[in-house]
Amino acid sequence: MAEQTGMVEKRGAGLWLTHLGLIIGVAFIFFPIWLAFVASTVSQPEIVRPPMPLLPGDQFFENYSKALTAGINAPVALMLGNSLFMALGIAIGKIAISLLSAFAIVYFKFPGKKLFFWLIFLTLMLPVEVRIVPTYEVIANFGMLNSYQGLILPLIASATATFLFRQFFMTVPDELAEAARVDGAGPMRFFFDILLPMSRTNIAALFVILFIYGWNQYLWPLLITTDPSMNTIVMGIKQMFPSGDDIADWPVIMATSILAMIPPVIVVVGMQKLFIRGLVESEK
Amino acid sequence: MATLTLKNVKKSFGKTDVIHGVSIDVEDGEFIVIVGPSGCGKSTLLRMVAGLETITDGEVQIGGRRVNEEEPMARDIAMVFQNYALYPHMSVFDNMAYGLKIAKVEKSEIADRVAQAAKLLQLEPYLQRKPRELSGGQRQRVAMGRAIVRKPAVFLFDEPLSNLDAKLRVQMRLEIRALQRELGVTALYVTHDQVEAMTMADRMIVMNGGVADQIGKPLEVYANPATEFVAGFIGSPPTNFMTGALMGATSDTKLGVRPEHMRLSETGKLSARTTYCEALGAETLVHLSCADGTQVTVRQDAGAPFPEVGAQVGLDWDVANEMRFDAAGRRV
Amino acid sequence: MEKRVTFKGIWLPLLLVLPQILITAIFFFYPAGQAIWQSLFIPDPFGLSMQWVGLGNFEYLLSDRYYRASFVTTAIFSILVTVVSMGVALYLAILADRLIKGSGTYRTLLIWPYAVAPAVAGVLWLFMFNTRVGVVTWYLGLLGYDWNHVLNEGEAMGLVVVASAWGRISYNFLFFLAGLQAIPRSVIEAAAIDGAHFWTRFRTIVWPLLSPTTFFLLVVNIIYAFFETFGVIHTITSGGPQQATTILVYKVYSDGFVGQDLGSSAAQSVILLVIVSLLTVIQFKYIERRVHY
Repeated sequence: MAEQTGMVEKRGAGLWLTHLGLIIGVAFIFFPIWLAFVASTVSQPEIVRPPMPLLPGDQFFENYSKALTAGINAPVALMLGNSLFMALGIAIGKIAISLLSAFAIVYFKFPGKKLFFWLIFLTLMLPVEVRIVPTYEVIANFGMLNSYQGLILPLIASATATFLFRQFFMTVPDELAEAARVDGAGPMRFFFDILLPMSRTNIAALFVILFIYGWNQYLWPLLITTDPSMNTIVMGIKQMFPSGDDIADWPVIMATSILAMIPPVIVVVGMQKLFIRGLVESEK
Repeated sequence: MATLTLKNVKKSFGKTDVIHGVSIDVEDGEFIVIVGPSGCGKSTLLRMVAGLETITDGEVQIGGRRVNEEEPMARDIAMVFQNYALYPHMSVFDNMAYGLKIAKVEKSEIADRVAQAAKLLQLEPYLQRKPRELSGGQRQRVAMGRAIVRKPAVFLFDEPLSNLDAKLRVQMRLEIRALQRELGVTALYVTHDQVEAMTMADRMIVMNGGVADQIGKPLEVYANPATEFVAGFIGSPPTNFMTGALMGATSDTKLGVRPEHMRLSETGKLSARTTYCEALGAETLVHLSCADGTQVTVRQDAGAPFPEVGAQVGLDWDVANEMRFDAAGRRV
Repeated sequence: MEKRVTFKGIWLPLLLVLPQILITAIFFFYPAGQAIWQSLFIPDPFGLSMQWVGLGNFEYLLSDRYYRASFVTTAIFSILVTVVSMGVALYLAILADRLIKGSGTYRTLLIWPYAVAPAVAGVLWLFMFNTRVGVVTWYLGLLGYDWNHVLNEGEAMGLVVVASAWGRISYNFLFFLAGLQAIPRSVIEAAAIDGAHFWTRFRTIVWPLLSPTTFFLLVVNIIYAFFETFGVIHTITSGGPQQATTILVYKVYSDGFVGQDLGSSAAQSVILLVIVSLLTVIQFKYIERRVHY
C-alpha cells in the first residue's frame, strides 16, 4: 500500500528529484535575466573581454544612473514614463469603453444591437500587425504620429474586453437589476453603484493583462514614434544598438532591459492570483 | 397603506397569452396570497403590479390611482425577491438604505428608519456585515428590512421562503404575517406552496394556466373549491377524484371527495384494495387502489384500526361531502 | 441568452456604445478595409497614382520565390516555437503538479518571462549569443564550436526559436498546470492501484484528459508565433541572414515600410488575415465543443 501511494505522490528520493528537475527548469528560465542583471552592474571593458563575469560587479549605480538620466538617444526615465502612460492608457481606455458597451449590450434593447455585436465579434480576429500599414496611414492623416493618442487608440480598437464583461454581466442575477429598479435606481446609477463594484475583481484581472499587453508593444511604437522623446522603453532598447560595426554600450543597454522588465514583473508577480485568473478566463 | 385594484389584467408575450384577465379589489391592509403550480403566471402577475413587466391590457390601481405606465419606484411598492437580490458588495445597512439614499432622504432620517427596521427584525448586530456573512434566515430578514424602510403602500413577496429549510420556513411564515399586521401594509404574496397560502392568506387567488380559478378566504376555498384544479391543488393529501364510469354512471362528471371525508367500511359505495398505510402518529393515511386503477387516499384518526396491505375493503362517504365537476373541470 | 429585465431607452445605450463604435470604425474597420482595397492596386513608380491590378498582387506574391520561402520559414518557425515551448512547459507542469507543497513558489518564479516583452527577450538572448561578447558563444568556442548566427542560417533560426519559445513558457506552464490539477486525484490513484506505472499512467490517462488543453495551446501558440514574435526577430536577426528568419509578419513590415511596396504589403496583410481567421475559427469551434462537453 505504501508503495502504491508512493507512485502517485513522490516521497524521499523521488521528491528531491522532482525539486531538482524544477530547479533546473527555473535556472534555465532565469539565466538570461540573471546574465542581463550581471551585465548591468559591470563595466564595458569587463564585457567586451569575454568571458564576462557571472556574478554582479560594482558599477550598478553608474550604469543605472547613466541609463536613467542620459540613455543613448533619450533618457530611459523619459521612455519609462512614455511606456507607463501608454500601458495605462491602453488598459484604462479599453476597460472603460468595454464596460460601457458591454453594459449597453446586456441591459438594453436598442436598434442595431445585433449588428454591433457581430461587428465587435469580427475585431476579435485581427491583431494590429495585420492591418499595420493602413492603420499607420490613418494615424499619419490625423497628425497623431509621435503622440500618445497615436500610441494608444489603435490598440484599444478590439473587443476582447467587451466580450469578457458581457460574459460576466450575464452571470449577474436579473433580480439585482430589478431590486435596483424597485429602489428607484436608473440605469447609470445601477451601473455605477452596483454593477461596477461587483465587477471589481474582473476589472483588476483584466487590467493586469492589458497593462502587460500595452507595456510590451513593440512594432507599433517603432512605426509611429520617430521622435526619441516619444520612444517607449521596449522599442527604445533596439534603438540603442549602434549601426555598423561600433561596439554597443552593453552595460547601459542591459540596465535599460532590466528597467523595462521591472514594472510588468511587479504587476504580474504582485497581482499573481488576479493575473492567472484573468489569463485563464480571458482565453475561455 | 392603500388599496390595490386589478381590473381584467392581461399579459401576452408575442402571441402567447400568459395571463388571461385577472380582477380583484384588495382592501387596505389585506394579505393576499397568489398560489399555483410553476408556470401558472403567478410571478408574472406580481411583477406586473411591481412594474417589472409591462401590462398588455387592463389596469392596475394602487390607492385608486392608475399606475400602468409608472416606474416601480413611483408606484410606492416594495418587493422581496425569491433569492433576496441583496447587493453583495454593500453592508446590511447600505442594502437597506440604498433606496432611501436614491430618494434623497435626509441622512439622519435614513439612520432612524434603518435602525427601526433592524430592531423589528432583530438585525441590529449585523448592520455592518456583508450579505455573504449572514445565514439564509438573516438574509431573508435583510430583504424584508429593505422593503420596510421604504414605508411602501404595498408589499410584494415573490416566493420569499422557498430558499429556506422547512423548519425556518414555518417560523418565517408566522413572522412575516405578524410583521405585516403590525405595519398594517397591504401585501401581495406569491407562492407555490398551498400550506403557506392556507396559513398566511386573508384571501387567496388560486391560479391555473394564467387564469384565476378562484379568489376567496382559505377555508372557503378549501370547503368549496370552484374547480377540479382547486380541489386537487388545495389540501394535502389532495382530494380523491373518481370518474363517472367508476361510479357506475354514464355522464362524464367527476366526483371529488376529500380524504378526511372518506371512511373504510365492510360495504360501501366502492370497493378497493389496500396498497400502503402511512401511520403518521396523529393520523393514518391509507392508500388504496380501485378496480380501474384510480388511486384513493383515506385519512383516519390514529386510533382507528387499519387494514393489512392487499386487503379488499369498502369505501364510504356522506353524499353531503361530494363535489361534482363537469368535463371542463367546473363545479356543478 | 438575454436578460429578463432590460432598462428602457434607445439613446442612452447608443451613447454608451458610441466610443467603441467610433474607435473600432476608425482604427479597425477602415484600415482593414483599406488593406483589402490596396491589395488590388499597385502604385506607379513615382507614387503619385494607383493602378488597378485586380488579383495581380496575389498572383505575383504566390509566384514570388521569396514570398514562398517566407511561408516555409513561418511554418518551420511556428512549429518549432510551439513544440519547444509547450514541451518544456509540460515537463515543468508535470513536475510542479507532483508537489503537494511548494508548487506555488515555482509558479511565482516561472511566470516571470510572461512579463518580459518579446523585444526585450530578443535582446537578452542576443546578448548571450552575441558573436563578439556572448557568454554562451565564448563557452561554445571553448568546446570547439564556432557559433555565428549572423552568418549561419540554421543558427539564426535556432536562436529566434529559443528566444520566442522562452517567453512563451510561462503561459503554457500555467495552462498545463491548471489542466493537470483539474484531473481528479482519484482517477490517477485508481490507475496506480491497478498497477500502472508513471509512464503508463501518463500515456493512458493524463495525456488523453489533458488533450483539450493541449489542443487549445497548440492553436494559441501558433497564433503567437505568427504575430507576436516580431519583436524577437527584429531585435535578433532583422529577418536575416538571407531572409532565413523572415516570417510573414516581418515581411509585411519590411515590404511595406522599408521597401514601400504598399500593394504587395497590403496583399500580404490580406493573406495573413485569411490565415488568422481560419485559426480563430478553429479555436472557436474548439471552445464551442468544450462548452457542450
